[in-house]
Amino acid sequence: MTSLPTAPSTKRLGLVIDLDICVGCHACAVACKEWNSGGHAGPLTDFAPYGADPDGVWFNRVHSFEVTDGYNDTNTVHFPRSCLHCETPACVTVCPTGASFKRAEDGIVLVAEDLCIGCKLCSWACPYGAREYDANEGVMKKCTLCVDRIYNENLDAAERVPACVSCCPVSARHFGDLGDDKSDISRLVAARGGVDLMPELGYKPINQYLPPRPRRNRGGETGAGDSLADIAPPDAGGSTLHPFLRWVDRVLSD
Amino acid sequence: MRQREPFVDTSPFVRDSVVPTTCYMCACRCGIRVHMRDGRIRYIDGNPEHPVNRGVLCAKGSAGIMTQNAPSRLRSPLLRVGPRGAGEFREIGWEEAFAVATGWLDPIRKTDPRKLAFFTGRDQSQALTSWWAQQFGTPNYAAHGGFCSVNMAAAGLYSIGGAFWEFGEPDWEHTRYFMMFGVAEDHASNPIKIGLGKLKGRPDDRRAKFVSINPVRTGYSAIADEWIGIRPGTDGLFVMALIHELLRAGKIDLHYLAQYSNAAWLVIDNPGKADHGLFARDQYGRPLVWHREWQEAVEAGRPDGAPALTGRVTLSDGRSARPSFELMAERYLDPEYAPEAVAERSGIDAATIKRIAAEVAHAAFEQAFELEVRDWWTDTSGGRHGRFLGRPVSMYAMRGISAHTNGFHTCRALHLLQMLLGTIDVPGGFRYRPPFPRLSPPPAQPSGYANEVRPETALPGVPLGFPSGPDKLLVDANGKPLRIDKAFSWDAPLALHGMMHMVIHNAWAGDPYPIDTLFMYMANMSWNSSMNTAGTMRMLTDKDPATGEYRIPHIIYSDAYFSEMVAYADLILPDTTYLERHDCISLLDRPISDGDSVADSIRQPVVKPDRDVRPFQDVLLDLGARLKLPGCINEDATPRYPGGYPDYMVNHERKPGTGMLAGWRGHDGALIGRGPKNPKQLDRYKRNGCFWQTEIPDSGRYYRFANRDYLEWAVGMGFIDRVEPLTLQLYSEPLQKFRLAAEGHGTAQPPDSERERIRTYFDPLPFWYPPFEEAAFNDADYPLHAITQRPMHMYHSWGTQNAWLRQIQTQNFLYVGQETARKHALADGDWVWIVSPHSRVKAPIRIMDGVNDDTVWTWNAIGKRAGAWSLAPDAPEAQKGFLLNHVISELLPPRADGYRHSNSDPVTGQAAWYDLRVRLEKCAVEEAGQTEPRFETLPRPTGLPEPLALLRYGARFRRKKDRRSQP
Repeated sequence: MTSLPTAPSTKRLGLVIDLDICVGCHACAVACKEWNSGGHAGPLTDFAPYGADPDGVWFNRVHSFEVTDGYNDTNTVHFPRSCLHCETPACVTVCPTGASFKRAEDGIVLVAEDLCIGCKLCSWACPYGAREYDANEGVMKKCTLCVDRIYNENLDAAERVPACVSCCPVSARHFGDLGDDKSDISRLVAARGGVDLMPELGYKPINQYLPPRPRRNRGGETGAGDSLADIAPPDAGGSTLHPFLRWVDRVLSD
Repeated sequence: MRQREPFVDTSPFVRDSVVPTTCYMCACRCGIRVHMRDGRIRYIDGNPEHPVNRGVLCAKGSAGIMTQNAPSRLRSPLLRVGPRGAGEFREIGWEEAFAVATGWLDPIRKTDPRKLAFFTGRDQSQALTSWWAQQFGTPNYAAHGGFCSVNMAAAGLYSIGGAFWEFGEPDWEHTRYFMMFGVAEDHASNPIKIGLGKLKGRPDDRRAKFVSINPVRTGYSAIADEWIGIRPGTDGLFVMALIHELLRAGKIDLHYLAQYSNAAWLVIDNPGKADHGLFARDQYGRPLVWHREWQEAVEAGRPDGAPALTGRVTLSDGRSARPSFELMAERYLDPEYAPEAVAERSGIDAATIKRIAAEVAHAAFEQAFELEVRDWWTDTSGGRHGRFLGRPVSMYAMRGISAHTNGFHTCRALHLLQMLLGTIDVPGGFRYRPPFPRLSPPPAQPSGYANEVRPETALPGVPLGFPSGPDKLLVDANGKPLRIDKAFSWDAPLALHGMMHMVIHNAWAGDPYPIDTLFMYMANMSWNSSMNTAGTMRMLTDKDPATGEYRIPHIIYSDAYFSEMVAYADLILPDTTYLERHDCISLLDRPISDGDSVADSIRQPVVKPDRDVRPFQDVLLDLGARLKLPGCINEDATPRYPGGYPDYMVNHERKPGTGMLAGWRGHDGALIGRGPKNPKQLDRYKRNGCFWQTEIPDSGRYYRFANRDYLEWAVGMGFIDRVEPLTLQLYSEPLQKFRLAAEGHGTAQPPDSERERIRTYFDPLPFWYPPFEEAAFNDADYPLHAITQRPMHMYHSWGTQNAWLRQIQTQNFLYVGQETARKHALADGDWVWIVSPHSRVKAPIRIMDGVNDDTVWTWNAIGKRAGAWSLAPDAPEAQKGFLLNHVISELLPPRADGYRHSNSDPVTGQAAWYDLRVRLEKCAVEEAGQTEPRFETLPRPTGLPEPLALLRYGARFRRKKDRRSQP
């Protein structure tokens, strides 16, 4: 089985995903597919792409579903799902060959394909469904946190972020060092009450999700009242027109 | 087990070059960078400098590689050899293709140019295509707006001189209350998403509320603070009830109305007479208002005017008149529009309507603010101001409002609400995007009047325009339509975008006359772009028994892909992909400007086609030269634009100094807006990321309808001819002119059969009426609304051919609410018949919470005909995916005399996709599993490759497998 780094750095690179803003557009999923097809773990093989059951390797998938608060209120949530680069990932420790590993330098979890025997133990061990087996190549693949972008000296500095972050049209995805309390994304997590996904399992995910904020869909929440008062009392017949027109005259004459 | 950590190459080589261009995976026109390696596309990302998308890119845009490599790309011109519809072709060369096309078109032009109907779909080259139709001399031209959003365009242009979508946007920076009505989720895709991200990312002390009014809660609606699941087609009731509340409470901006709208203009009250309902005018034609202090009528817009908004007055000639404001107040204060009165029909309880009205008023008036202007701004009366007053309520609306037979008036009501709040082109409100605003309505009339359509003669102007009254309709002396689609006729007088959805039906029926050649571009009319799909296929293939000839004798079609429409053409002119050609996103067409700046852009070829295909725009110019169309040739009859579309983009001028592109004009590229041609113009665009953008002066960014700084700048840019204020049209006099005609006044008279319809629907103030199909059929027979929307990751039918996008979705379901599911004893995955008055279609269902109780819905254009788009015939798109188009009729139920109007808005001719009413019938067990109706599998056109069974895109870019042997 494979060990975790014995002397990891305090750097914990990861993503913060804002579920309050995500509209479920799949931009991140496709940008990921696109970059990574030609990247560190490429290709991301597609089987029967024009056939009855197209099925390919994706590192990032978006699920949309409805949730209920247990009373009578429901919400639609869009949930992007990818590797969380856990601090204590079982997908690494179960690996019999050392192919699956966590980088000491920044905490990114990767697969060394030439060591991978395709046994799939890691995908069984991962409770988040983040691992993707490429049956054509016989190896396991996964989110690399765009390790071939974020440090890439062949790219401009502004491009050195994961593809899923740079494309996101609503800015629901953020990248940075979650091991540094003072980093922008750590502050964001603190301010918005970011959460671990399934913390009870104990894998200590690095990626954080920002939960949807309470909707402001009840009276008074914007500072307005529940309804507007008449500008003038209705006339004897109950009509509001003439009192209204008199008010208009008054305002214009002032 | 301790291992040495494997080596990772964190700085692999990425690209040889980066080529900027403009995306065309949907209609947004985002700036993209295509990163090339070894002559191939490594990846595509958003251009951070680009004004539309500022570096972000949607799922469609990022999947461009897979469209570029789709096996469905057509490979060569094709000539039909089998029966029409069978999909049997032979490959021909371009010379033969041109010979066939000119063989059909040349005789038409020499005898009766109307016999060419030229209609284009989702293209972005309408400035070229409409000009080409004009040169050919046919009035029978339009693009796809008639079945898309003309209600929004018409209501906007006839009310505020701008519109939602490309002509206006919310002030995302400053708004505190944003209402989104029925937006198709891929519309203005990235700009809306960027804006929503901004809105939701605000700090707590400047939070904005986002309200989504939509029968379905998906996508954008899911992140709204409040989702209002309105019943389809009743948005007008909701909006008019808000107006009722605001009036009742006096929460309106009287000064804004008096100053910038025609609220104070005096409307003549003279029932039964020819001037009833028109504005009282002085001898110079200037509208009159009543001066409150002088107690006399004076011309509108005087700096010393104190216009009254109320009161009946007697004019000097003895006629009685009232300010239009008073007519408006009278209408909407009526209990008919009270929240309690509309609650049941709209599905929104009265308390919610009242609360929303209170919130809107609070944002507009309690959260009003002032934006300082460094250099001050000058209004059209000469007043100078150091601030812009902001009223931070903004709105956006699209297809859900548009695609109903009451959509025009509903959209007008929205603009009326904006006017009452004083939120048009103010900080925090709705903002124009240049070259808008324009005069309302714009002064250009349509072309194609009887005396203008002559053999071998160009029309005096482009076919589409903005009729100012009934005397400007394209009808003959008997009131019969002059256009094949009946646009600008009494059937649809303000059909500003034409009525593409009626062309095939009318050409087939020979009503109002038969045509010879139907020439279409990029419009999947035998499938998801038509109502009555099966009927459309029959019309396209129907023969006249007397002659044995097709009723539509010739069909020319241009498309880049093997769409369902290909099989129905006689001649196919294969287009390139968007990465293989020049294009022009021109201010003469659909602008990409925003509230702060004006912009246009181009596409440039990134990769060379590996097929015998040509850009459609090049082909059109070549064809024009071969036909000797006036604008397409020089005096010596040689082609005027031998360099094709790039040549035209640089060298064509509409009037001296005004061309397709506004950037880098003049010999040295120093001029903007207007100026002489610049032979190096395209190079400058390419060096600048393929776009040009110039900021509007600070003092010209709001109140542009009456902002001299803006208007002077716009004159300099060539957008408008002179500085004159634009008056917001609270009351629409052009509509009243049509109503008067219907009542027998004036020389332009509708046929008697149309009088009542015109009289009813040309109301100068917005009103609500039930959508026509709902009114025509019994609720008990068809109790449900059925609507569609497009997913954010697909654009029309294009998404399916994309190997990546179709993995997100290969089939659609009919989504039904919990209550409907209970009533029909339906469970997830059950199959139902969706039965409309027209037909029925079979579909699998899914149950959801976030849908209006009276509504079912599905994703549009996922269902495909078997074989099309080079998908396997057993693909889910063809086996389970379904179209609601099958059950929508292009015609309304017959009138007493048997005539059937098109299923369109009576004012604008907008296709009423969302008026559809249905009932559900649960399928028997043996019926489940496959959609119906079914059509024969389309054969792959000759020359198209077998699609790949395994796709390893990108494998070649990876240098070698990572080695852990590195130290």
